Amino acid sequence: MSEKQHALIFELSEPGRVSYSLPDLDVPEQSIGELVPTNYVREEPPDLPEVSELQLMRHYTSLSNRNHGVDSGFYPLGSCTMKYNPKVHEDVARLPGFAHIHPYQPVSTVQGALELMYELQNSLAEITGMDEVTLQSAAGAQGEWTGLMLIRAFHEANGDFQRTKVIVPDSAHGTNPASATVAGFDAVTVKSNDRGLVDLDHLKEVVGNDTAALMLTNPNTLGLFEEEIVEMAKVVHEAGGKLYYDGANSNAILGITRPGDMGFDVVHLNLHKTFTTPHGGGGPGSGPVGVKEELARFLPVPTVVKEEGYYRFNRESERPDSIGRIKPYYGNFGINVRAYTYIRTMGAEGLRKVSENAVLNANYMMRRLAPYFDAPYEQHCKHEFVLSGRKQKKLGVRTLDIAKRLLDFGYHPPTIYFPLNVDECMMVEPTETETKETLDAFIDAMIQIAKEAEEEPETVQEAPHETVLGRLDETTAARKPVLRYQKS
Amino acid sequence: MSLPKDLKYSKEHEWVKQEDGKVRIGITAFAQSELGDIVFVELPEVGDTIEADESFGSVESVKTVSELYAPVSGKVVEVNDELEDSPEFVNESPYEKAWMVVVEPSDASEIDKLMSADDYEKMIQED
Repeated sequence: MSEKQHALIFELSEPGRVSYSLPDLDVPEQSIGELVPTNYVREEPPDLPEVSELQLMRHYTSLSNRNHGVDSGFYPLGSCTMKYNPKVHEDVARLPGFAHIHPYQPVSTVQGALELMYELQNSLAEITGMDEVTLQSAAGAQGEWTGLMLIRAFHEANGDFQRTKVIVPDSAHGTNPASATVAGFDAVTVKSNDRGLVDLDHLKEVVGNDTAALMLTNPNTLGLFEEEIVEMAKVVHEAGGKLYYDGANSNAILGITRPGDMGFDVVHLNLHKTFTTPHGGGGPGSGPVGVKEELARFLPVPTVVKEEGYYRFNRESERPDSIGRIKPYYGNFGINVRAYTYIRTMGAEGLRKVSENAVLNANYMMRRLAPYFDAPYEQHCKHEFVLSGRKQKKLGVRTLDIAKRLLDFGYHPPTIYFPLNVDECMMVEPTETETKETLDAFIDAMIQIAKEAEEEPETVQEAPHETVLGRLDETTAARKPVLRYQKS
Repeated sequence: MSLPKDLKYSKEHEWVKQEDGKVRIGITAFAQSELGDIVFVELPEVGDTIEADESFGSVESVKTVSELYAPVSGKVVEVNDELEDSPEFVNESPYEKAWMVVVEPSDASEIDKLMSADDYEKMIQED
């Protein structure tokens, strides 16, 4: 690969070269000083790159080809559910009745869009076992924060101002304690036991009359189902706390079990994970929040209601206890259209198969890889599983090296060094949309890497070998970051 | 792996050096090798009070952020400001250049509860 192929656009610049010619000026020219206050007018022209149109096309096409997404290759990033986004969703989202409308239009002219929102609210409520849903939150983390603010409003309405603590397991996503903190709570850790599940005895110790909520993913971040969830819910509810379900791992449970049936009071879903809307690269995301009836009066307004066949937004006067808006307008509507399309094209049976196959794929991979890597938990996993690179670490090959070596095979590596309670952790989530051949090819690559770690560790330690750039100096990049181009 | 005999060690991988009634605190060579290249160190300020077993700061490496747990309670009387610009000292010189804080302990018995170099070595070998 030549130098020029990964040159920055600035480095391709030649003075005077242009990609585009502006038409002749056909209106009277005005002085910039008359249009813009002089203190805002720059004295030096900006140093913009000067390239031909073809150079420009080649540069950005080459960059886009270097991108890795689900459409270009396997992406088993644990807890992120990087699954295929069916392209029919794009067709539906582009229908003029969805794409060419404005939030300030009279609702009588956008009844179809409101019907979709109403139906999506109801579908997500049914899938999660909740009574009401808001579509406003634009991401998982905003969903978490919204859910916790609802729990906070509930406790405050009951005069329970001493409930300042939110319990999170030590395997939890980092967003859980972060959301708890931003919502004004103190995060308290509950330990996992040697089976990777919440230690019920420790939970009983940390629960008390200061408990606002327990936040949990189920299956948890190790891909394991919290079998004692009903007992845990009882412990938390008896102490007056609420249960918050982080929907990050919902891909394992669709049509099989529901957070509402497990005892959860508040749920968020990541539509960009489980419901196949674009994930990564800015999404945008969507993190609807569902609640049980007793929390519904605190939901953000507006939600969509139906009255005698007519859809409308409910008013603040109808929800005086609402925590208020959490986002302008009505959530990431175009994304919600895609998620609704997914639910309708799959149907109830199809969604159940999604989870069955996601779980089957993960267990197949885990069992085939277990002889070569350390699988720390014996039980079946759900939609994802963890491996520890402990064996390879003794040979001088770290999990980071294994991840880098996978790039040579054209794979996005799994999530690494997370969850924090597993040493040299790799978290693999294959999803249901991959073929057995793809799973086998990835497994074979992992087995080859395990053999290399024993026989020729430097091949792994010095990886990647096949990428445009080799091992990046992440340390210097973090210690002395260079964040913008400067002409040398 | 270097484990100076004159230091005391905590189960959270901090070392403690006793100096005229005060203690100097840092993280062990084992801790820095587990974390990898350190890119940022967050420390308390002089005058802050720290509590044994509670977080008093954090170290960020290329792979993770890890809390620093106070081996003893007390008042912070000195902070190693050099680590702000030179976090690499934690990797290069964990027991010398990368001391983190000096504390005036409020309960001397907490120091006695810490491990000797031999006991700490046993603990990390069992892990």
